[in-house]
Amino acid sequence: MVQTLSPMKIAVCIKQVPTREWQPRLADDGRSIREQDASWELNEPDAYALEEALRLREAHGGEVVVCTAGPARAAMVLREALARGADRAIHIEDAALGHADAMAVGAVLAEACGGEAFDLILTGLQSDDQGYAQTGVVLAARLGLPHATIIMDVKIDGGRLRVKRELEGGWFQWVGMPLPAVLTIQSGINQLRYATLKGIMAAKKKEIRKAAPSAPVTPRVEILSLYVPQKSKRTEIVSGGPAEAAAALVKKLREDARVI
Amino acid sequence: MVLVIAEQRNGTLNRASWEAIAAGQQLAAGSPVTVAVAGAGSEQAAKELAAADVAGVIAVTGAQVEHYTADGWVAAHAAVVASVAPQWVVLPHTYQTRDFAPALAVKLDRALVTDCTGIKTVDGKPAFTRPMYQGKLAADVRPLGEAPWLVTFQIGAFRGDQAKRGASPANTRMDATVEAAAIRQVPEEPFQEARQAVDLSEAERIVAVGRGIKGPEHLPLAQALAEALHAEVAASRPICDSGWLPMERQIGSSGQTVAPKLYVAVGISGAIQHVVGMKGARTIVAINKDAEAPIFEVADYGYVGDLFEFLPALTAELKK
Repeated sequence: MVQTLSPMKIAVCIKQVPTREWQPRLADDGRSIREQDASWELNEPDAYALEEALRLREAHGGEVVVCTAGPARAAMVLREALARGADRAIHIEDAALGHADAMAVGAVLAEACGGEAFDLILTGLQSDDQGYAQTGVVLAARLGLPHATIIMDVKIDGGRLRVKRELEGGWFQWVGMPLPAVLTIQSGINQLRYATLKGIMAAKKKEIRKAAPSAPVTPRVEILSLYVPQKSKRTEIVSGGPAEAAAALVKKLREDARVI
Repeated sequence: MVLVIAEQRNGTLNRASWEAIAAGQQLAAGSPVTVAVAGAGSEQAAKELAAADVAGVIAVTGAQVEHYTADGWVAAHAAVVASVAPQWVVLPHTYQTRDFAPALAVKLDRALVTDCTGIKTVDGKPAFTRPMYQGKLAADVRPLGEAPWLVTFQIGAFRGDQAKRGASPANTRMDATVEAAAIRQVPEEPFQEARQAVDLSEAERIVAVGRGIKGPEHLPLAQALAEALHAEVAASRPICDSGWLPMERQIGSSGQTVAPKLYVAVGISGAIQHVVGMKGARTIVAINKDAEAPIFEVADYGYVGDLFEFLPALTAELKK
């Protein structure tokens, strides 16, 4: 049977988050982080969403558009995504989006994606900063599109989508739905590619369209305070050089904890 | 008034449902709690839920909510919320909740706070504690706007056995009147990828490796330690995603949940998705170069430093 492939117009919604190595420092207001101390990177689940979009474009043809809702600093992750192979970018820029909740970000992204008539919208299942795990589903609901979350495989055939949802404890489920649709992608769905020098050079010529939210960003969640969490256990730290610390730890595990 | 949305499959309750009831009872502070449970088998699950000290249990049934779909659950639960008219809607932060609750919040045009670990009172009103920045920080947050406010609680944040029992509530059934055409997802039967060849839940000792191990060429260091401890080797998700260890050795919300006598976390930062799978271990040892890593919040013993130096020393010490 001859399968006709129709080109796909795919959006990938990405976010800039502090790096995993970042040591949190709190701002004086006690409700936010000191952004000037942070180093930033592409949210890891979003990187997998981008990779999945690039693979779908390779298989079906079409276009990959990356989209972020964030302050000026967030342009960095758009440039990185363009260097990895995205065709163009949309930056919805507003200072208030730097710390906005998922409901607010989802509304802003819906506005930006609404006019583009994407066949498929992908995003990571959650962000490594606030971690609400809501944005993709909020975006789908706002656009009136079907969705599925925590996806580990994406198949497209004859205008329909068939995706593998991860359930808990090693269970999975295939779910079918029509296009257009929104999916949230789980880390590990594919092997990531990184930007090549050629990609970085090519990215300089690609378009980053700037837009602003049509209305002020309205928060739905208020952060009353942000703090270093209290330990639930008192950790005994074994100190000294490796050999000395190892001897101390083994003694404790044998004599105090009695687990070896 | 609090509405708890419980979760079940084929009549078997997800244990997180009882945790959500415990959270709902605390939030209700004496006002009535109603529990709703949907899907094929919900009437059987409702009987079990009737042991709870709540005002009512609603089994949500109907042809369009036999099997879980996001569209079906949003439509059915929007109708339950309209009928119960709660101040708060409480859910367990399961993968299923993550799939439909944000869409339910949009449909209701109400705020949703996810992955909470506790309830506080701030200025006389409820506030919710939740992890931020991969658990490096915690925040007290409050949903804004009008009631009802939706809140999901992290698995294990409340104890299901501490949900108050014994009011013999009224059990009712509610027909979900959802149009078949309104449901766009077509779900297939859930399945397990491969039978779990390794049942880590039975292991007495586990050595688990994380990103700190840097590359598969360093795994023998952890394997040697595991051998010296008579332990199984396991890993956090990124290690299995990279294919350095098979998926069946993954510990955490998407892998196995374990409670060994000894759990040695090697180069694991302690993101909550991992911690939920191992915090039941009796003794936890954390080996990490970062003294601020969240894994130390649950560790009994810790070593802060280079794991590439420490693992061989520890293995040698055990062999003495």
